[in-house]
Amino acid sequence: MADTKVEQMSVNVVKEPSLMTGAVPTKDWMDVPAVFKPGNYCYPGKPSIMEYHNNHTLPGLFGEAREFAYEDEDWKLPENWKEIIINGIKERLDKFRSFKVYMDICVRCGACADKCHFFLGTGDPKNMPVLRAELLRSIYRNEFTKAGKMLGRLAGARELTIDVIKEWFMYFYQCTECRRCSVFCPYGIDTAEITMMGRELLHLLGINTNWIMEPAANSNRTGNHMGLQPHTFKQNAEFLLDDIEEVTGVRINSLNFNRKGAEVLFIIPSADVFAEPGIFTFMGYVVLFDHIGLDYTISTYSSEGGNFGLFTSNELMKKLNGKMYAEAKRLGVKWILGGECGHMWRVIHQYMDTMNGPTDNLEIPKSPLTGTVFDNAATTKMVHISEFTADLVHHNKLKIDKSRNDHRTVTFHDSCNPARAMGLLEEPRTVINAVCNNFYDMPENTIRESTFCCGSGTGLNTGEIMDIRMRGALPRANAVKYVKEKHGVNTLACVCAIDRATLTSMNEYWNPEVEVAGISELVGNALIMDGEKERESGLRFEPLAGTEG
Amino acid sequence: MKVLYPFVAVVALVLIAFIGASLPGGQYLFGVVFPILAFAIFLVGFINRIMNWGKSPVPFRIPTTCGQANSLPWIKQNKFDCPSTGFGVIVRMFLEIVLFRSLFRNTKAEMLDGPKIVYGATKWLWLFSLLFHYCFFVIVVRHLRFFTDPIPGFVQALEFGDGLLQVGTPVLYQSDVVFVIAILFLFLRRILLRQVNYISLPADYFPLFLILGIAITGILMRYFIRVDVVVIKELTAGLASFSPKVGDINPLFYAHLFLVSTLLVYFPFSKLMHLGGIFLSPTRNLANNSRMVRHENPWNNPNIKPHSYASYEDEFREFMAGADLPLDKPLEPAPEEKEEKAE
Amino acid sequence: MVKKRENQDFVLSLLQERKGDAMYDGGKIIPGLVIFVGLMTYPIWSGNAGTTPKPVKPTGHEKCVKHKEFMRTSHMVLLNEWRDEVVRDGNREQIHIGDKVYDKSLQNGCMHCHTSKKKFCDECHNYTAVKPYCWECHIQPKETI
Repeated sequence: MADTKVEQMSVNVVKEPSLMTGAVPTKDWMDVPAVFKPGNYCYPGKPSIMEYHNNHTLPGLFGEAREFAYEDEDWKLPENWKEIIINGIKERLDKFRSFKVYMDICVRCGACADKCHFFLGTGDPKNMPVLRAELLRSIYRNEFTKAGKMLGRLAGARELTIDVIKEWFMYFYQCTECRRCSVFCPYGIDTAEITMMGRELLHLLGINTNWIMEPAANSNRTGNHMGLQPHTFKQNAEFLLDDIEEVTGVRINSLNFNRKGAEVLFIIPSADVFAEPGIFTFMGYVVLFDHIGLDYTISTYSSEGGNFGLFTSNELMKKLNGKMYAEAKRLGVKWILGGECGHMWRVIHQYMDTMNGPTDNLEIPKSPLTGTVFDNAATTKMVHISEFTADLVHHNKLKIDKSRNDHRTVTFHDSCNPARAMGLLEEPRTVINAVCNNFYDMPENTIRESTFCCGSGTGLNTGEIMDIRMRGALPRANAVKYVKEKHGVNTLACVCAIDRATLTSMNEYWNPEVEVAGISELVGNALIMDGEKERESGLRFEPLAGTEG
Repeated sequence: MKVLYPFVAVVALVLIAFIGASLPGGQYLFGVVFPILAFAIFLVGFINRIMNWGKSPVPFRIPTTCGQANSLPWIKQNKFDCPSTGFGVIVRMFLEIVLFRSLFRNTKAEMLDGPKIVYGATKWLWLFSLLFHYCFFVIVVRHLRFFTDPIPGFVQALEFGDGLLQVGTPVLYQSDVVFVIAILFLFLRRILLRQVNYISLPADYFPLFLILGIAITGILMRYFIRVDVVVIKELTAGLASFSPKVGDINPLFYAHLFLVSTLLVYFPFSKLMHLGGIFLSPTRNLANNSRMVRHENPWNNPNIKPHSYASYEDEFREFMAGADLPLDKPLEPAPEEKEEKAE
Repeated sequence: MVKKRENQDFVLSLLQERKGDAMYDGGKIIPGLVIFVGLMTYPIWSGNAGTTPKPVKPTGHEKCVKHKEFMRTSHMVLLNEWRDEVVRDGNREQIHIGDKVYDKSLQNGCMHCHTSKKKFCDECHNYTAVKPYCWECHIQPKETI
């Protein structure tokens, strides 16, 4: 848990002098160096992990594997670090129009300033999206623009120093690439693009976090971030069948792995077979597929929907993502169905086909039950579980007892990526409304395209920076608290594996008593299975309404 | 400092023009040479900058979706905030460029005791920046009367509309008044809002002062000093036909013209290029159809391949066999040492 | 060793520079730029710069009520003052310049010397697109040609 007690934090965020609470820093931001202290940064990649990346994933992109600490004065950077960065910027300016244009056109109107959850929670000026981008822009101007070269600081340019690199690390890892700022920016400047570039540049110097690099290495080798080897993955999943049997009285036999010739390859974020409350979501998937008799299989090789490459570099993202199509081809499936995960769907929706397509062996997804052809996935050939389930619900293909979710009063957290990189807004709500009687949305400015991040996305969901995370989660927590007090909400539903972990921490901290559930768990609770026994509890063995005591 | 330097710079520009235009040959320099040069730099610089942006590809399709996507047929799509077709994108871009759609969403967050965060709608920035840009636009178009003969009907119509209230002589243009108010609003906002103040650079104040200087000199010329517009037009219309005639013109005019020339030169090398940049912003100008239509990345690297299934199975074959997972290559009775070692 | 070599090749493949200097989306950007340049240079290609206006000076009259420089830039102010004095205050006091006497009147004063609206007023007013509202009350003189 966070190092600062919630009572203290509640006072801090309101009273401590910050740009958010009314104080104005006395020094210009260029004169304020980043200070690393326990709790405000993530640990660097272990040498063994970075060794693995340098030998097995993308040699040359991650710098030298070495032992160092971010609180050290000396980060053991290569001799020519400056040259590496300048060349790195140049290369990326040539590769990404977004980067180039966004370096040039910001007018600093400030519309983005109070849109960032990290700024709202910390009041740190460099957490305003505009300043986060200026951290990089100032160097860009100095090296690549006439005005910057001629006028220097007057034009907002500054010298590239080690302190700048340190500052980049601090603030590009206090951005979750949630894109909320880009909704409000009059030019659509997307800080996620800037942060991605910033992180790629830092990687060239071997500056990274273990919390991202180790799962990425795992994903490459074992197929999933958790590092579950094939047999463990299978056992974990099958173990959950026992729980399902205990709750429902039905033994599910349809769960299978690596089966060639299945119609659908189902890919989940691996956390769903690993820990609560994700495992309940997994139980929901399995119950649903059994209920409708879907011909599907789960792969242990491509057992990760998530992609920590997205938080690292476009190259690593491509490499990790490549498994999905490769496995779909090897197994000979017709199309791919994807589980509930936020950043996974950013990758699938906006990057997968471009990076690893086109596929020649898959077909345009078609629901075997309703006959619905998912034209919106015509080229990528991958469908979101909420789209799939919403279609089933719409065609009344499910036998549902809504009252089995009556012990839950539900609100829905739009995860950043499905909301702002896919536009997946109504599908999850349709499903929730189909399986729950009590659903209340959070206030307008905190949902849909204006949704707030959980505060721990992009590989920040580690205990090392709990204070920062809880500050970043405050806007989301606050909106949950609002509906909790107004409507008695006790369940925060979401379609994201990272959320299931991070919102749980968030609620334990800010809103005790509110549980977090994947939507498929709610579906699983409500489905009337063939041959089931009278249900007394939900999938997490929680008593149903009317059965307590 | 951030405010003072740009202010001094603009005052200096005015003085330079005053003094310069009073020196022998100065009128020709400030009235003819500088403006033509500035306009050429503006055009070439603008085109260069856009071409330079255009030379970088858009490797990925990354629209920011600000509404429900195109999905199942019975789910209502938000066609303009989350377009999936070229037409939708055109409408989205139109709303963005002509009505500042995104700025209209603006909210102001406040941290209250509790802690409790509240979000209020705030449309001031939207309103005044819209006014600022439209007035600027109207003023620029109105100025075509100095560069064309015969003067096109739409300029005359605009002229008439802008002076519709018939206040004063010469007739007061509403756009002039609103323009100055809007500039002052944008300036005061930068000074007074602590967040905006903190992020502001001299490069943010300079164009504001420059444009304000242009407005003030223009207003003085029209309403207070009342310069001889016929002589001015002989010069300006001459510029457009490359046969300028420098007559006896009030020095204020040269200050005005010199500030405009500065703005033209400054434009392509500054944030003012947001005028062109908005058209090229990939989060706005792309359809959200990346799962529907394949988007090509010209530098997609085919050498980046996933860790193969074969090597995965090689590493874990024994465990997989033990867990009854299907294998592509059957487990050999006595697995070799070598395979165990493989990472 | 072999591994190292492979790694190097791989790194090189990642760093491969894009060939050429191609434009992306040129099909949209270039027409956009053409339109932009077209609009910006409208005054240059749209026509000529016109001819300098040559208002016909009155014959037989040497002096105006004010000097020429004032009249060129500020005649509207004077006309406005006259209107206010005559119409609102009923002050029709005539103006004596040398031995000449002028009515404070557009049609009986000014146009007494400057007889043609077309040949005098309109020359400059049309040139600079200034449409005074004199003729909203005053009846526009009927002029041939």
